[in-house]
Amino acid sequence: MSDLVDDLLAGKHSALARVITKIENRSPGYREIVSDLHEHTGSADVIGVTGSPGAGKSTLVDKVAATYRDRGLTVGVIAIDPSSPFSGGAVLGDRIRMASNAGDMDVFFRSMSARGSLGGLSTATTDAVTALDAFGKDKIIVETVGAGQNEVDIVRTADTVAVLVPPGSGDDVQMLKAGILEIGDVFVVNKADLDGADRTVQQLREMLQGRDGRPETGHHGATELGGDATALEANGDDEPETWDPPIVETVANRSEGVGAFIDALANHGDYLDRTGRRVRQTRERYASEIRTLLREDANELLADELARRGGIERYVDDVVERHTDPYTVVDEVLEPLRECVAERRDG
Amino acid sequence: MSVEQEQAERTIRCLVAKVGLDGHDRGAHVIARALRDAGFEVIYSGLHRAPEEVVQAAVQEDVDVVGISILSGAHNTLVPKILDGLKEYDAFDDRLILVGGIVPDDDKDELRNLGVDEIFGPGASMEEMIDFIHDNAPER
Ligand code: B12
Ligand SMILES: Nc1nc2c(ncn2[C@@H]2O[C@H](COP(=O)(O)OP(=O)(O)O)[C@@H](O)[C@H]2O)c(=O)[nH]1
Ligand SMILES: [Mg+2]
Repeated sequence: MSDLVDDLLAGKHSALARVITKIENRSPGYREIVSDLHEHTGSADVIGVTGSPGAGKSTLVDKVAATYRDRGLTVGVIAIDPSSPFSGGAVLGDRIRMASNAGDMDVFFRSMSARGSLGGLSTATTDAVTALDAFGKDKIIVETVGAGQNEVDIVRTADTVAVLVPPGSGDDVQMLKAGILEIGDVFVVNKADLDGADRTVQQLREMLQGRDGRPETGHHGATELGGDATALEANGDDEPETWDPPIVETVANRSEGVGAFIDALANHGDYLDRTGRRVRQTRERYASEIRTLLREDANELLADELARRGGIERYVDDVVERHTDPYTVVDEVLEPLRECVAERRDG
Repeated sequence: MSVEQEQAERTIRCLVAKVGLDGHDRGAHVIARALRDAGFEVIYSGLHRAPEEVVQAAVQEDVDVVGISILSGAHNTLVPKILDGLKEYDAFDDRLILVGGIVPDDDKDELRNLGVDEIFGPGASMEEMIDFIHDNAPER
């Protein structure tokens, strides 16, 4: 085991920080580090906080973290800011809101950018959560802008997902239709001090009532996992308990409603435990993580192989000239792999 | 996928911190943007940070560059506190420490002796600062 892992497990802040850097950079050795940390995880509650830019996520996360600290719990925060993802550079601004936890090392706050690849970001987020969990954080909060499939993937790292909706034009509620509604376990109408908050709560309530009434609501209902989860379910009680996502009103910059929000998160946690959903969610998450890693590694292996054979252009030329076709090319590239696998299997 | 993604250079992370009762944030904003445009990841602290907060940010964000912007004249008390904090958390040796703002020439040597790597005052060119970071960012 590396010194870095030992230092992290011993509670050294700079080691935790460096491990997350290695994860972000995918530096040599990061896989071994994350592997070594895995056995030390499993005790943290992971909370996802999502919503449009400016909804008040960072402000609320700051206040939630401070409240957990008052209760003697330790907190880790990963704030993902996907702005200017392709320029290479970025100004990460979430930390500015971290005013309530000034100088408190037991709130570990880390800003992450998209670094040009949202797909890689969800893997990096999962691994960073592993590091915080192994470090011994009681609560881990992942803040991310809610837009698009990749963000939804990132938020799947969480046991409980909170969606922030500021009062306003109705556009924000409209946006929820595009997939965010399905992933929320708790809805927060933040900026409840502004006009229109009541209306937003009302709109949200109506939309949530229209939400798919399958027994399995909650954000993991739609994962790519095949039949296993549903099979389990069919064997269970006739009417599994469902979760009605509560709507909480907060004024984050004045710390109002933070207690009620934390209660709602705790209630959802209890629901997960009571119904066995936490166990199932965890299993689904690992299944999907294994699939993702398999896909990435296999892709890498194939990309190397393709490069070794002189790159893809050569094959494209042949396909264009009608000397061969895409299926044949793929068979040709994969043949040695298939043979190797078959040999190992027999041997 | 990874073949194209492999970055020739790792992403350099910089903290731009305003410390103490100093409301001059123009320079810090200018610097934050210039560093971003140069391809760095910049964490901006916001105004009125205590030295412990700057230390907390520098440690947790694992920045390569700790940039402290001070125009209030309080550098002689605030900068040493930050440096001590970084040492306490074992986050001093492998970090480039820069100070920007108004620092009289007489104070510069003392700051350098304490461990500040470079000091940039009014009129310092962006190019100069960016080159300095590229040339001196710690090996990790
Ligand atoms: C604009 C200004 C203000 C504005 C600030 C607006 C704002 N939001 O920033 C206002 C009017 C609010 C203001 C108020 C005050 N000011 Co004033 N202000 C200035 C002034 C004229 C220019 C500062 C500026 O913005 N420069 C432009 C930026 C781009 O340059 P810069 O900050 O120096 O940054 C450059 C470098 O220093 C460096 N750099 C800066 N930070 C960093 C960080 C890193 C990491 C790096 C690598 C580099 C770097 O790179 C930048 C680009 O080259 C200076 C005089 C001067 N010529 O510097 C006085 C000055 C800074 N102010 C001064 C004073 C005393 C005050 C006041 C206390 C009282 C007063 N006289 O009004 C108040 C206090 C306010 C407060 N709460 O702190 C004094 C400070 C004296 C001292 N330190 O000993 C100065 C030097 C004027 C003087 N000669 O007396 N001020
Ligand atoms: N009026 C009001 N403003 C808020 C509230 N919560 C946050 N804000 C402000 O909204 C802005 C954006 O907040 P921020 O937390 O950065 O949003 P994020 O982008 O979702 O993380 C900041 O200026 C906050 O001070 C609130 O409850 N009411
Ligand atoms: Mg934010």
